[in-house]
Amino acid sequence: MTEPQLQTETAARPADDATRIVYCRCAYAQVVPVAVKDAVLAGLAAAGRGFEMVPDLCEMAARRDPHLAELARGDRPLRIVACWPRAVQGLFTLADAPLPKQGVEILNMRTDTAETVLAGVLAAPEGAGS
Amino acid sequence: MIAEALLPPRVIVYEGAGATPLAATDRAGLFASLLDRGYAVTRAGAGAADLQAGGAMIVIGCFPDGPPAVSDTSGRCEVLVRDVTGLSVAETVAAVEEARGERRMNRPPEASTVANGPVANTAETWKPWFPVIDTARCTNCMQCLSFCLFDVYGVAGDQTLRVENPSNCKVNCPACSRVCPEVAIMFPKYHAGPIDGGPVAEADVHREKMKVDISALLGGDIYAKLRERSADAKARFSKERSADQALAERRRCLTKLADAAQIPREVLDALPSPEEIQRRVEAAAARASAAKEAAGAAAVGRST
Repeated sequence: MTEPQLQTETAARPADDATRIVYCRCAYAQVVPVAVKDAVLAGLAAAGRGFEMVPDLCEMAARRDPHLAELARGDRPLRIVACWPRAVQGLFTLADAPLPKQGVEILNMRTDTAETVLAGVLAAPEGAGS
Repeated sequence: MIAEALLPPRVIVYEGAGATPLAATDRAGLFASLLDRGYAVTRAGAGAADLQAGGAMIVIGCFPDGPPAVSDTSGRCEVLVRDVTGLSVAETVAAVEEARGERRMNRPPEASTVANGPVANTAETWKPWFPVIDTARCTNCMQCLSFCLFDVYGVAGDQTLRVENPSNCKVNCPACSRVCPEVAIMFPKYHAGPIDGGPVAEADVHREKMKVDISALLGGDIYAKLRERSADAKARFSKERSADQALAERRRCLTKLADAAQIPREVLDALPSPEEIQRRVEAAAARASAAKEAAGAAAVGRST
């Protein structure tokens, strides 16, 4: 059988996975509406593409999780589905992994509907198909 | 500081070549169940999954020919593979938990536990509550560093403010954000803006400056006020000789102050002795002052 493709982060990727998606569950608090985060997760799960999920960006930032630095390195466009952009940027900075000014979009599940968030996160990247 | 040893295993849900896709109806529920137990999860479809920088990765999938032998040749992390063919969501989660074994990790509280009140704050049930600095707003005035008694704040090498010890912060206490005149301190798990990271309106800035003024009216130094009230109470209680009355009075005296700064009662109850408060305040003020002086000297050096 073909073995799973566990490759290093320099591996080539399919074009449709060029944009990296990170979903934050905000699992340690009840500040993101459960209906929104569940619907967004269901939409992403049904979208048929790879994505990453973290239990809680706050908890990762406090641990200065090395994965945040890897995400912030900016080698690929990044879409973060979490909460207020100001807070998300601050969390990455706190973890010594400031987000690049270009190539990062933050979608807010605290205020936006699941439909709005999904439309934003699954939209074709700017310039795609042109 | 939260120990790096508590890095949770990353679960790779593999549905690419050599595996049968999970049932579509189970996928989102499985993701949610793993996340709510504190696991990071990657859905690796046709694409590849990055290796974790350390710790362990648990690869799950439906492998018709049995689980493949997978290892990280770089030796950065341990890779465990589990075949979850035919398992329900609950059974799959159980298989992940079994694979995790004795590895320690921080865990979110279960919904039923939250409903029953606060959870004991240990290394493995820590609620990530701590201040986050909006560097675009922060002026490095160091008021928060002077204010905090718990060494949450520190100074970075470039003499800017830094959240050094997030896990020292007192859960649900946003008091330092109330002393920031620039509304630059956020608590992302706070229930309302702008402290939660929401947009800052001009009115918010005005209101925060007013709150600083109010704290000044309380006596110039909020901790001086705490000490004074504590000393008053101690004098009264030494006559009354009742520990219960002492506690009740202490609480009554501090209620107004707690309301003004939104300091939870548990934090006030846990405050150290007046002498220790004094020592910590002086230490924090000295650090803040040193950082400002060093930053000033560096600025002069750059301009000459």
